[in-house]
Amino acid sequence: MSKSLEAEVKTNPQGDPITSMEPEQKTNPQGDPITSVAAPKTDLKKDPHAEAKKQRIVTPEYMFFEAPRTKEFITGSESAKEAVRRSNVDLSIAYPITPQSETMQLIGVLYGEGYVKEYYRGEEEYGVMSAIAGASRAGVRCFTATAGPGTLRGLEPIASWPGHRLPALAMFTCRVVNAPLAIQPDNIEISYLLNCGMIVFHAENQQDLFDFIMKGFIISEQNDVTLPVGVACDGFFVTHARGYVHMQEKGIKLPPREAWRGAVPVLDAENPPARLSRDAPVQKSNFMAYNIHAVWQQEVWAAVERSRKYINQYMGGLLTAENVEGADAILVASGSAAAQSREAIRLCKDKGIQVGLIKIRSLRPFPIPELRQLCAKAKLIVVPEFNYVAWLAKDVAAAIYGYSKAKIVAGPHVYGGMSMPVEMIVDEVTGGLTGKKSGNVPMSAMMGTDVDQAAVAHFMQNI
Amino acid sequence: METTQHKERIIVPGPAGFLPPSAAQLGVMLPDPGQGLMYGILEPNEEEVIEEMARKMLTSPNATIFPGPLVLWAWNDHAVEKAKAVLEIAAQIPDVLIIPMPDYRPKYPRVDPEEVINPNHPNLTIWGNKIEACIFVGVHCHYANLTLKMIRAGTNCCTMAICAEQGHEDAMLTIRDSDKAKLERVAKVFKRVREQLGIKLPGNGENVRFTGLQSKVHGGKTHANPLAFMPSAGAVSSAAAFGHKPEQMKREA
Repeated sequence: MSKSLEAEVKTNPQGDPITSMEPEQKTNPQGDPITSVAAPKTDLKKDPHAEAKKQRIVTPEYMFFEAPRTKEFITGSESAKEAVRRSNVDLSIAYPITPQSETMQLIGVLYGEGYVKEYYRGEEEYGVMSAIAGASRAGVRCFTATAGPGTLRGLEPIASWPGHRLPALAMFTCRVVNAPLAIQPDNIEISYLLNCGMIVFHAENQQDLFDFIMKGFIISEQNDVTLPVGVACDGFFVTHARGYVHMQEKGIKLPPREAWRGAVPVLDAENPPARLSRDAPVQKSNFMAYNIHAVWQQEVWAAVERSRKYINQYMGGLLTAENVEGADAILVASGSAAAQSREAIRLCKDKGIQVGLIKIRSLRPFPIPELRQLCAKAKLIVVPEFNYVAWLAKDVAAAIYGYSKAKIVAGPHVYGGMSMPVEMIVDEVTGGLTGKKSGNVPMSAMMGTDVDQAAVAHFMQNI
Repeated sequence: METTQHKERIIVPGPAGFLPPSAAQLGVMLPDPGQGLMYGILEPNEEEVIEEMARKMLTSPNATIFPGPLVLWAWNDHAVEKAKAVLEIAAQIPDVLIIPMPDYRPKYPRVDPEEVINPNHPNLTIWGNKIEACIFVGVHCHYANLTLKMIRAGTNCCTMAICAEQGHEDAMLTIRDSDKAKLERVAKVFKRVREQLGIKLPGNGENVRFTGLQSKVHGGKTHANPLAFMPSAGAVSSAAAFGHKPEQMKREA
């Protein structure tokens, strides 16, 4: 019996002919349908690193000040990625933690494209930060990022970076520190970083993040600095939200790290003079006089001082000041609090109150001389912050003590991850100027010559 | 232009005391190219600083040159050339000591402070040899800074740093960007100042005074001609592993 040459017309359950050209469903040996999709055929000759290989090296001066820029609307994590793309990074080590996971995931994309030479996932943050130390000591340019509990888990090796004089760049996308568990933004972790001996910048927005990372590499690697740089931003507000970022073309990158110019020799396990790891450990107190450790600490902080010159050169200053001269009040803020302050200033202007803004970019070194000059004639200083402990207000108060008679309001504060209503800032400005009691900031957090000194003493006892 | 002649000195021979603030904490900033630091004060003309270095090294008891790894180790041809230039400086200072800082490791169980200097306890070498003026050259900046701070704190030695990078604010006298050409210029300035001061070199050219161990290994001789110890380029080792290339260490054409 011969088969009909004419194919039988198939119909669907409704009796309509099936006209699609879908191939017959394939099954595996067990009879289950195979649902995976075959990888599309690609041109095997295409080099995924082709674009990265075409990047040309330019001077930092050209990159930062002369190269044409185009505007993009991107997230903070994307801006960090774009900064790393142009920074000639040798090694990046990741350990996922919210909200940094997106950043390091994107750096992984850069690795795939050949813009980062090495990339891997560490065991956890302690391992990541320790590996960054080893890599930097070996002479390569390193980048990593973490947040909140990850920062604290990695803090011991992070705190050893400056003492080892390790140039590296770590991005801290701040979130709350547990417990209780939460993943919302709160920049309390910055307070733990301030006394490590590293340089710490605080980015207000996506543009800051982009610029601070690139400039941080160059500042970090100056011979007379040779210190790690931490670039902090407020997680989610900056990392996940989009903002306009002016960026140079992708085809240019910074010069590579010149490790041979560092303040310490690069590590060579076999040859002196850097054979520290094979000889009496320089860290072991049995072999070290207290004096050398004391002097070593002095030298780390001297290097922090030396970085001021390069922060001025490449970043245009440790702070920015807007409309401070003759203002009724001054807001001193960093990070997202600076963004909220701008809106508060607009609302104050509608009320006829002239308010200036000092945005702190560099937390370490801290702009002490600049603040003393800018705040010399101030009457009211308000320091809004996204944390409970008022680490910025304390630094501001200590910096201008004896140089300004201003009343200092250590607040308003939000913490636990909430945003800061700008009305809270406006309330502190109007309340501070009129003498009205604040509903958000306790009297004990008011400092300066015109406030209750007993309350201030109480505040100082509690910090 | 205001010069160092009209300002109060900040960084002077000590002992400055127990953990005195670093020069950076005292507000001393490093010089720009062509400048130097003289006792913590910016000197616009580095030549003035070099002349003061010469006067101090030629007139202070037990003047010593402390060469560090960057001129002791034959990283490359330029390092060898720099080492030769350092010996040319030494050749202008009668009775000068040359005590090496060969590496930065803590020495255990004990250091011989009269023979080597170590950044972890440099004061011992200064005390042991009663050194009142010294030049550090070829020391990596971090370790030079540790050393200079400790010497200022605990000794009366006038410290000088001839630096290949940005200079050292904790030294009483410092110049920067010191490559072979600048080191040779320093030697010429030392010669000129020595002649101005009427200080003569020994007739046989043997002006470098040996330490005890150096004397032993040289058959009991007390002095040597530094120019007789000229290192050769043939001794260059595999410093390429460190990324060092001669052109990278050169600053002047």
